[in-house]
Amino acid sequence: MADKILKELTLRVWRQKDAKSKGHFETYKVHNISQGSSFLEMLDILNEQLISENKEPVYFDHDCREGICGMCSLFINGRAHGPDKEVTTCQLHMRKFHEGETITIEPWRTGAFPVIKDLTVDRDAYEKIQQAGGYVSVNTGGVPDGNAIPIGTDDAEEAMDAAACIGCGACAATCKNGSAMLFVAAKVSQFAKLPQGKVEASRRAKAMVAKMDELGFGNCTNTGACEAECPKSISIQHIARMNREYLCAKLKD
Amino acid sequence: MTVLDSKIPEGPLAEKWSKHKATIKVVSPANKRKLDIIVVGTGLAGGSAAASLAEMGYNVKAFCYQDSGRRAHSIAAQGGINAAKNYQNDNDSIYRLFYDTIKGGDYRAREANVYRLAEVSGDIIDQCVAQGVPFAREYGGTLANRSFGGVLVSRTFYARGQTGQQLLLGAYSAMNRQIAKGTIKLYDRHEMLDIVKIDGKARGIIARDLVSGEVKRFGAHAVVIATGGYGNVFFLSTNAMGCNGGAAWQAYKNGAHFANPCFVQIHPTCIPVHGDQQSKLTLMSESLRNDGRVWVPKKKEDAVKLQKGEIGPNDIKDEDRDFYLERRYPSYGNLVPRDVASRAAKERCDAGFGVNNTGKAVFLDFKYAIDRLGEDTIRNRYGNLFQMYEKITDVNPYNEPMQIYPAIHYSMGGTWVDYNLMTSVPGLYAIGEANFSDHGANRLGASALMQGLADGYFVLPYTIGDYLANEIQVPRIDTNAKEFVAAEKSVSDRLHRLYDVKGDLSVDHFHKELGKIMWEYVGMARNEEGLKIAIKEIKALRKEFYKHVRIPGDFDAMNAELEKAGRVADFLELGELMAHDALDRNESCGGHYREESVTEEGEAKRDDDKFLYVSAWEYKGEDQDPELCKEELKYENIKLTQRSYK
Ligand SMILES: Cc1cc2nc3c(=O)[nH]c(=O)nc-3n(C[C@H](O)[C@H](O)[C@H](O)COP(=O)(O)OP(=O)(O)OC[C@H]3O[C@@H](n4cnc5c(N)ncnc54)[C@H](O)[C@@H]3O)c2cc1C
Ligand code: FES
Repeated sequence: MADKILKELTLRVWRQKDAKSKGHFETYKVHNISQGSSFLEMLDILNEQLISENKEPVYFDHDCREGICGMCSLFINGRAHGPDKEVTTCQLHMRKFHEGETITIEPWRTGAFPVIKDLTVDRDAYEKIQQAGGYVSVNTGGVPDGNAIPIGTDDAEEAMDAAACIGCGACAATCKNGSAMLFVAAKVSQFAKLPQGKVEASRRAKAMVAKMDELGFGNCTNTGACEAECPKSISIQHIARMNREYLCAKLKD
Repeated sequence: MTVLDSKIPEGPLAEKWSKHKATIKVVSPANKRKLDIIVVGTGLAGGSAAASLAEMGYNVKAFCYQDSGRRAHSIAAQGGINAAKNYQNDNDSIYRLFYDTIKGGDYRAREANVYRLAEVSGDIIDQCVAQGVPFAREYGGTLANRSFGGVLVSRTFYARGQTGQQLLLGAYSAMNRQIAKGTIKLYDRHEMLDIVKIDGKARGIIARDLVSGEVKRFGAHAVVIATGGYGNVFFLSTNAMGCNGGAAWQAYKNGAHFANPCFVQIHPTCIPVHGDQQSKLTLMSESLRNDGRVWVPKKKEDAVKLQKGEIGPNDIKDEDRDFYLERRYPSYGNLVPRDVASRAAKERCDAGFGVNNTGKAVFLDFKYAIDRLGEDTIRNRYGNLFQMYEKITDVNPYNEPMQIYPAIHYSMGGTWVDYNLMTSVPGLYAIGEANFSDHGANRLGASALMQGLADGYFVLPYTIGDYLANEIQVPRIDTNAKEFVAAEKSVSDRLHRLYDVKGDLSVDHFHKELGKIMWEYVGMARNEEGLKIAIKEIKALRKEFYKHVRIPGDFDAMNAELEKAGRVADFLELGELMAHDALDRNESCGGHYREESVTEEGEAKRDDDKFLYVSAWEYKGEDQDPELCKEELKYENIKLTQRSYK
């Protein structure tokens, strides 16, 4: 099937020289975009056009372009990863847009992710949270046989549901409180569901939550916006599970 | 000519690795603390190596160009990871995995390396389970397996269609634990642009901070390259946009041999190209061939109607479908190895039986599996892949077959390493897809993840000690040494040479042009005439590049065009080396198909009398032809046969 061509689109794009400078919107027009193209391919075309005019292209993060590395971001028309459901920006296709549309493109906007250039933000805060406890404390070697610890399919599946998080930042960027609860809960919950991770479950929950608070992420008030915008549909039930682990840990204190 | 010593240990195959481990040197814990190791890359290979080395007590500096270690392209691996556990009781064994890998690689890999790989494969699964990787399970709670192409047993472990993601997150979590302890310092958004040698030994790297634009020096007692594959030389591939050959290329220019550059893998099941705005290709996991049947119409008039969009696939009756893999290869059917499946698809499409508007696609049909197993089972096995397919193509694969076509996927070739994974530069190691070692001329599905983790968790951490034991007297490397100053200047000069062209064409323009040349002449089928044209055209394109490339933006700042330009500059040289290598190897083996070397039935014909060697190329200077060094391959345990999947 040949795809339809969008003859003209208007783009309002956030431009910001670097972390220190003030940003602003610029308006551009792009032409002849195939609806079979991805959103980032459309931005490639914009950038080719800017280069041909000897202007600086728009800097945006991306890498795998298949929805798994979590590198791409963007608020598109006010929504994290744009109008489609359960996709990242790189998997969003131009079929979701119509002829003549004006599209507003912004970086993630939350205090914990400062803009470093144009549409690119610094997500180091997410790294720090993982470093605070997002692991099972085992060294390489000297571990039991893989089949020595049987795990029921339901537990394995639930752990996998949580582990599917790609760390893109859409949850915190979407949350009106700027909370990273879903991101933290996904990791805590993955491990809490598995015998290997259970041992340290409470300590992990406490350490990761403390780090999250320290880094200036907001509180969770259960609005569920994070789940709705998560490209991997990570469920807010994981937040409930994390809260249990967290409370257990606090009670033991 | 340099003689390459592969350092394969003496003794019977099955004892080589354990004997070697028992005899190589070990560094004491107190001394490990004084030694620095740079690991470039945080994928499965680099991530697992960095974590393991840090756990052992070394100081590790890890580098990646993304904003987090978790985003390395290993994350995108879908299908699974092999291990000779024999959990399915289908008579699998270390020997069988070894044998399948050698045969799958069309007898162009080293026996000793591959045997070791098979030997440690089981430990990898145990390690990943212990880290909390949520592998698929059977109802009884044991680990589940699936089959992959090119083998007759079921030994592939998986976590839905996100195996690479889960394994990488395992290695990443192990790294995070060490980062928290201060034993790993991670430099994200840093791109390595050169290697620094002092007295012939690798002692550090030069990297560009992609945020500030600053070119920086980093010293260490040893350097490990784990930077992945170079498939992006073709512009369109299943690799991530940033995947590059840069680190391996700088290693080459610093004296490390580059082995078998022409061995690249073309994956049979990718989503076909949609048009000229395409920036990359998406893989549909090989695991789909477990349950999907590949076909094109038997009648050309049906194909023509499909191409014009006049009929759909479901309008074609079963008896009018040509299940060409099952027809040509009855014993392996849809599960033939990748190179065989790719060429068969090309053959049908070239003959006019392609099924989409470009004529470059075949069907992968799940109707039969859904009839047999029910939609729920199929959804459980491949749900996320089906969703991905639908998002990209707007076609629901539960109702209509997928369209697929081969695409560049993996590079078997890479930096030459010995049995210890050391390159021909002392102190410089290469692991994972970046090296050439284990897959010969064709990699079997689910074996790259295995190799990356084998190298990083279980091989390099031991073998590097053998080298470092002699370096314990060497103090922290001083990055003010003249070699560092010179290397930094040479990197800045190189970047300026690109930036200062101030031409009129974008970097992507050149990358796309290169991709066209590569796909046309160094792609799925190659011949002498075409390869010579490729060499000429790449040389010409390179000249144009340095005359016309345009890099807007600031030099000393975040600048994506400058990043890309550096990578494309390397590809413009690497592409030529690939053509040289393909030209030298006048035989068909694995992913390398020379039209001059085929059987009467049109199958690939290997030539062991002439080409039973690893081609290791030595850099001879800018615009000089590289020199070929040969590492003879000796098969002491396996009898060479023509590969047959019939
Ligand atoms: C879509 C897809 C699906 C696949 N599916 C499977 C599968 O099911 N089973 C299987 O076994 N294999 C599969 N493979 C192959 C396998 O995923 C890769 O071969 C493997 O993951 C490579 O791991 P790596 O650690 O060597 O490199 P990568 O994971 O590519 O990591 C490279 C690292 O190096 C860094 N880097 C690169 N260049 C530089 C530089 N110049 N400076 C600093 N850092 C740099 C990157 O930032 C990254 O951290 C698949 C591959 C693809 C593309
Ligand atoms: S670019 Fe990797 S998830 Fe979008």
